[in-house]
Amino acid sequence: MARPPPDPQFVLRGTGAAVHTLHFSCGGQELDVPTLFSGSENGLIHVWNLKSHRVDRALDGHGRKSVYCVETMGTGDKLLSQGRDQRICLWDLAEGRTSVTDFVFTENVGFCRCSLLQVAQGRWLMAMASKALEEVQVLELPSKTSVCTLKPEVGAKLGMPMCLKLWQLSSGSQPLLLAGYEDGSVVLWNLSMAKALSQLGCHQEPVMSLDFDAEKVKGISGSSEKVLSIWSLNEQQNLQVYKTHNLVNAGISDITLRPDRKILATAGWDHRIRIFGWKKLKPLAVLDYHTATVHCVSFSDHKNLSERLLAAGSKDHRISIWSIYTDT
Amino acid sequence: VCCTAGGLDCSISFISHVLGKVCVHGRQKEILSVLVPRLTALTQSDCIWQRICWRLVECVPERWLEAVLLGFVQGAPGADVLSRLLGNLVVKNKKAQFVVTQKVLLLQYCHKTEVLQNLLGYLALDSVRRTLLIKVLQDLLETWGSSSAVKHSPLEQQLYISRAILICLSLLKQPEIESCRQELLMAMMEGVKCHLDSNLPQIRRLGMVVAESISSRINTDGPVLKFQYEEDGETRELKSLLMQTPPSSAVPSLLDHDRKDMTDSVLPSILETDKKSPTAAAMKLDEELDAELDSDDDLIPYDMSKDKELTTKAPVYIRDCMEVLTASGSEDVDKWEAAVKVLESLIRKNPAATKEVSVELAKILLHLEEKTCLEGFVELRQRAQVAVLTTDPIPVVKFLTSQFYSLNYSLRQRMDILDVLVLSAQELSCPKSHRKMKHSGAQTPGIQLLPESNSSKDWRKIVDERIKSKTRRFATGRSQVELVSGPNEFSAVAGHFFFPLLQHFDRPLTTFDLLGEDHLVLGRLVHTLAALMYLAVNTVAVTAMGKALLEFVWVLRFHTDSYVRQGLLSCISSILLSVPTEHLLEDMTEELLETQSWLGDVVEKDPDGDCRRLALHNLLLMENLKKKLSTTPS
Repeated sequence: MARPPPDPQFVLRGTGAAVHTLHFSCGGQELDVPTLFSGSENGLIHVWNLKSHRVDRALDGHGRKSVYCVETMGTGDKLLSQGRDQRICLWDLAEGRTSVTDFVFTENVGFCRCSLLQVAQGRWLMAMASKALEEVQVLELPSKTSVCTLKPEVGAKLGMPMCLKLWQLSSGSQPLLLAGYEDGSVVLWNLSMAKALSQLGCHQEPVMSLDFDAEKVKGISGSSEKVLSIWSLNEQQNLQVYKTHNLVNAGISDITLRPDRKILATAGWDHRIRIFGWKKLKPLAVLDYHTATVHCVSFSDHKNLSERLLAAGSKDHRISIWSIYTDT
Repeated sequence: VCCTAGGLDCSISFISHVLGKVCVHGRQKEILSVLVPRLTALTQSDCIWQRICWRLVECVPERWLEAVLLGFVQGAPGADVLSRLLGNLVVKNKKAQFVVTQKVLLLQYCHKTEVLQNLLGYLALDSVRRTLLIKVLQDLLETWGSSSAVKHSPLEQQLYISRAILICLSLLKQPEIESCRQELLMAMMEGVKCHLDSNLPQIRRLGMVVAESISSRINTDGPVLKFQYEEDGETRELKSLLMQTPPSSAVPSLLDHDRKDMTDSVLPSILETDKKSPTAAAMKLDEELDAELDSDDDLIPYDMSKDKELTTKAPVYIRDCMEVLTASGSEDVDKWEAAVKVLESLIRKNPAATKEVSVELAKILLHLEEKTCLEGFVELRQRAQVAVLTTDPIPVVKFLTSQFYSLNYSLRQRMDILDVLVLSAQELSCPKSHRKMKHSGAQTPGIQLLPESNSSKDWRKIVDERIKSKTRRFATGRSQVELVSGPNEFSAVAGHFFFPLLQHFDRPLTTFDLLGEDHLVLGRLVHTLAALMYLAVNTVAVTAMGKALLEFVWVLRFHTDSYVRQGLLSCISSILLSVPTEHLLEDMTEELLETQSWLGDVVEKDPDGDCRRLALHNLLLMENLKKKLSTTPS
């Protein structure tokens, strides 16, 4: 007899608007408080204190336009946020400050979340959808110099890039980019040559989100249909479909793998969060708490394994925090 | 005659005379069935025999030429044989030309397709004769495109002409078509208009198929005309005529079209999978999986039995449904869809609540338009309307019949009103126990009146259905529940259904003119009245209804549209079947006699086959009724 699914450990209320993006910052020094950053549709970034379950600070830097991507750069002091005001802002949050130190004007009116990858101490690569319809631009931060622009070939008809993921096989090796597009295909790009290495048509509908495991060179993508597609990279750097999984209800907004690569979580349009085992995509749990579409899911980066959390932000203005499978 | 081997100087003209005389007296088949195969064999390689054959036919006197020619055309096994046998007769002889190009194609329509193919193939095989072929095509198109021909000529003739057109198109080469492209285009446009205007679906389909074929031949590059219609045996056969053998120029152009369509629709999903690596990679992954099998097993899944498909909650009260349906703007489309789906069952479960809001609900449903792409929307809406009508008949019927003749409704809405009236009448006239059984399955009314109704009703079928519905079957062996009988609910309201529809049919409105352009709606109205009349059997108002309907039929009996006439004849059938015979003969003797003479006229002179058949059935019905009355003791 299987156990009934767990309830959320606690629920954060108070954003006042649909939550589009979440990011944990809990692995820092002991003095730092475990923090969760959330970006909402009203343009505010809330900094949640996970000990008191309250908002510490609210950052307003996107002119009341929806914030759909939040990432930390290194420690919890530097924050990057992307909003629908076509800006990517860099924040300095050390010592209680809340100022935007720099910003990048993307000129892109889409919803594609940018992707960050730390390539060296103090240097990041950021991939973002750029002004032209099908293009992805990779910048180096904090210098904001353009590394390359990835244009699909003429007539490829990929549509807008929907989701991006920068990765490297091991630190120091060449960074690569995985991009999911509007026509349902995932393309692997080589940044140094600005060339597409492989393209795989995994879905009939736009790819809404993807995540990639660099160790096993296996990735998963979800779209607006009922199918989750798991694909892998072979020695020739070619993508191929490994497995597909059918869901009960259509629509996935977000997929994320836990840092220990044991489980993954999907955020669904049917208000449910689903947990799967990563190895064989075994369905493990369906977490049914929210009353509207779940927009984002995120795993925490706690060093203490038993404290690990899963956060889900939804259109019903709430963020649910779950503690699930923390003892493995 | 057929075994003269030598003797080339024997008088051919004598043989021609004999042949002609025999053929004119109707013995074409016998003599030509022997003659033609012999001549075929002989003329196969021998030029002299060919000349003999030509002389033979040329010498037949004019007055017998037609019979001989027809015999040859029907008897020859192929176009090339016909060419060998007749030579250039059509070009040399005026009478032959008339017979071949005019009479067989335009004035007669009894010949089979093979005959047409032979004839037109024969015209196509020689360059001298090809000019005739083009002229033939133009004549055929002129007939095909004339609106009076479409309205008044029988369906079989129109089919015949269409076949001839398609065969001509298939035989003509591309440069020839190019030369007369303009005329073809104009003829096609006019013809399509007349055909689509018709009320009979077969004629519309014929027009569409021919127009598509013409368009495909004159526009070899670029977009081709494409209609949407249901394919059936007839259309497939017609289309196969177009894809004939000779024109090698025609077939590639069609293929080009297909290729262009395919490249446009195929998405560029390039799957770059190396042939060798999948198996290798899969094996490697399997090995890895096997090795780490243990560590995966300690993730125990939770109970996921509650994970089901998401459904929006449908409203539970009728007034809620009405609110959702009238909400403007694209608010909650899921809720709207759910409301539409659940409305019929809500109406039937809550008759009291429905009666309070019936007219308003009927109004909402009449104006309800499809907001999302909901499957079966039209049927759902219709069933909801029928449910409202049957729950609260009188006010809703008053509303609907008044709206039928109001301004600013589309033709589709008016026809929907008629359909709903018939379906509700059928439900009301059916005893309650029968209704329950019908609802459990799909709603298949005994009289097909959902769109694209088949107008012709076999009177025998009607009578059989009536008998079946009336007989009580006594249980044999198994104990069956006796069918509960109840009062006929239609009886009280039949008049309300019927008479308002008759009131204003001759009063044209600015947007709706039954007797003018909107003859399609008139046709449907007439059929609806026939159905209502039939369903009104055993009601109190039936005699009055019969009388009014007879008058209505009398006024419209010479209408030019065959669909309307078929409807009028069904009205007569319904009257004869529903009104008790005694009342018929007492109250309506004069009208019946007049109708009988009209029916006789229709049987003889009406161009439409269905009309003639229906009129004949009506006459038989009348005879039967008279006999029945005279045999039953008074």
